[in-house]
Amino acid sequence: MQESENIIRMEHVSHSFGEKMVLEEINLDVRKGEFVTILGPSGCGKTTLLRIIAGFQKTAEGKISIAGTDMTEIPPHLRPVNTVFQKYALFPHLNVYNNIAFGLNLKKLPAPVIGEKVKKVLRMVSMTDYEERDVDSLSGGQQQRVAIARAIVNEPEVLLLDEPLAALDLKMRKDMQMEIKAMHKTLGITFVYVTHDQEEALTLSDTIVVMSEGKIQQIGTPTEVYNEPANAFVADFIGESNILNGVMIHDSLVEFAGHRFSCVDKGFAPNEPADVVLRPEDIYIFEMSEAAQFSGKVTSSIFKGVHYEMTVTTPEGFEFIIQDYNCFGVGETVGMRVKPNDIHVMKKERLCNTFEAVMVDKNHVKFLGQTFQCSENPDFAPGSEVLVTIGFGDIALQDNEEDGMLSGDVSFILYKGDHYHLTVLTGKGENIFVNTNDIWDDGDRVGITIPPDAIRVSNL
Amino acid sequence: MGKRRNWSIPYILFLAFFVLMPLFLIVYYAFTDNSGDFTLEHFRHFGMQPEAMHTFVFSIGVALITTAICLLLGYPAAYILSRMEKKTAKMMVLLFILPMWINFLIRTLATVALFDFLKIPLGQGSLYFGMVYNFLPFMIYPIYNALQKTDHNLIEAAQDLGATPRQVFFRITVPLSTPGVASGIMMVFMPVISTFAIAELLTINNIKLFGTTLQENIYNGMWNYGAALSLIMLLLIGLTSLLNSGGNARAAEEGGLI
Repeated sequence: MQESENIIRMEHVSHSFGEKMVLEEINLDVRKGEFVTILGPSGCGKTTLLRIIAGFQKTAEGKISIAGTDMTEIPPHLRPVNTVFQKYALFPHLNVYNNIAFGLNLKKLPAPVIGEKVKKVLRMVSMTDYEERDVDSLSGGQQQRVAIARAIVNEPEVLLLDEPLAALDLKMRKDMQMEIKAMHKTLGITFVYVTHDQEEALTLSDTIVVMSEGKIQQIGTPTEVYNEPANAFVADFIGESNILNGVMIHDSLVEFAGHRFSCVDKGFAPNEPADVVLRPEDIYIFEMSEAAQFSGKVTSSIFKGVHYEMTVTTPEGFEFIIQDYNCFGVGETVGMRVKPNDIHVMKKERLCNTFEAVMVDKNHVKFLGQTFQCSENPDFAPGSEVLVTIGFGDIALQDNEEDGMLSGDVSFILYKGDHYHLTVLTGKGENIFVNTNDIWDDGDRVGITIPPDAIRVSNL
Repeated sequence: MGKRRNWSIPYILFLAFFVLMPLFLIVYYAFTDNSGDFTLEHFRHFGMQPEAMHTFVFSIGVALITTAICLLLGYPAAYILSRMEKKTAKMMVLLFILPMWINFLIRTLATVALFDFLKIPLGQGSLYFGMVYNFLPFMIYPIYNALQKTDHNLIEAAQDLGATPRQVFFRITVPLSTPGVASGIMMVFMPVISTFAIAELLTINNIKLFGTTLQENIYNGMWNYGAALSLIMLLLIGLTSLLNSGGNARAAEEGGLI
């Protein structure tokens, strides 16, 4: 039965810290024995999610069940899960042996049994003979192994790992990744892993859950998430991408960057606007020839060890990032080609800004917490609820927040090949999306100006 | 570099005049008699005199009991403080420390007046009351500090491994607060041994503590004997310090006050 297959079930879980919504409507099923990674940028809510599974955070709304039992109200010490903390959290007043045996000592198991279990788990993390050592005499990698040993010796149903490798150097991290993957195979228990490193997620997981701003963006296998990102955020977060605005002319034909390409995606309306994703390694680059689907000039070329990373600008003004073993120098004119299979088309999440608003009078409408002047709208009575739409390109951003009608913080920047698509978080917690050619930074405080004729009012 | 060293000269002078020289004088007086000859007479006198010995041992006893009471009262208080919200805790700590801004003699005299008002006779009871009242904040604050600094991750780790709140307290919180407790004990034990005003005032000089004996001798001109007694007290304090310094390295890191 499906129920018994799911070791963790989270239903309608939501949580906020004060005013800020940290998790929104999380519904997640984890299958028994799988390696699930929760992946996302800092602040997306992934650690909060893990803490809710562990029991350190009580969720405001929603239900969580582990191994078939409702655990929403159960405190952490009664849950069949164990956590490996990001900062190890080893007990400084106990040596390695007693740290690992801590959970077993609480269960009052006989000493020889504890001894055997601890020895077995030390062997598994390659730390035999370290029993008597003080924990502050160990290196970071060694401390992490002890932390893992301490968790798995209790034979939990689920092992939770909160960015355990974040504090280690690159080589150590890569080695530990392989060890953790091997441990998962040997132990056979469910692993729930949290990280912001997408490469780590792709290497380790059976399933990846991509999160951003408290919401799940996509759940899938590593190949699915990489090759078929569900939206622009996932495409941008996982691996390098070229993301552009495009139009699906009809099934299997898409137009972007001024040219038409055959692709394999279907299910769009004729001439429907869409987002197009091209991975840099999927664009063939060669000396300009007849075989090229489109061409451009190389504007930068950087040696990355594994490949060269080049930026090519087309005559129409679109920029592409391309990765190839061959080097093409700055200023060279090159031809490019893409296989239909490598073009990934996604439905656009939105075509313009949409806000629920209230008509103040025929020239003014209120949304985003303030009143804006708009062009005359006699059809709507003052006080009526209306829908306001504003095009992405109609909004202006200013350096000085006082120069704008309202202010906000740039929270996400998406490069679309010939312009930037910004997500700006306003004071009221609502996002406004702006197209601009100016270069902004994540976290910039900006002034936002919406000219009156850009505001289109319609019925709700 | 030479210029920088010169800056320490005032401090060295201060140390020399007000710390080293008095120490030297005490040693000198302790080991000499009225005519300036070297003698161990004073120490022998101390050893022989049952009264002096009795006072000495009694003082240590009072110090131990006071420390024990302060610990019993202070640890729970510090624990409750550490569990409060930061703002409330800060205010409460201030309230604990506030009385110390008032001169301790005034406070002790006020305690005497309080006992008079309540018609409670002065004696051993009031002595302990005065001692604990005066030194309790010195016990609470280091323990509170140590408890505050406990890494919350460790408590969560213990819970994660199956520890009930009681087990978390006894297996994690208490062991990790040891440096604070050691600090608190030092801050109470040592001053109690040498303080005499509290004993004088709160027992109308009926109960004599070591500090009182010391003060009386010096006051009455028996400098040599008094110096010998001082040296003995210094030795006792030095011993206690040394015993504690074993844990001091970590104590310094984890917020002990000494």
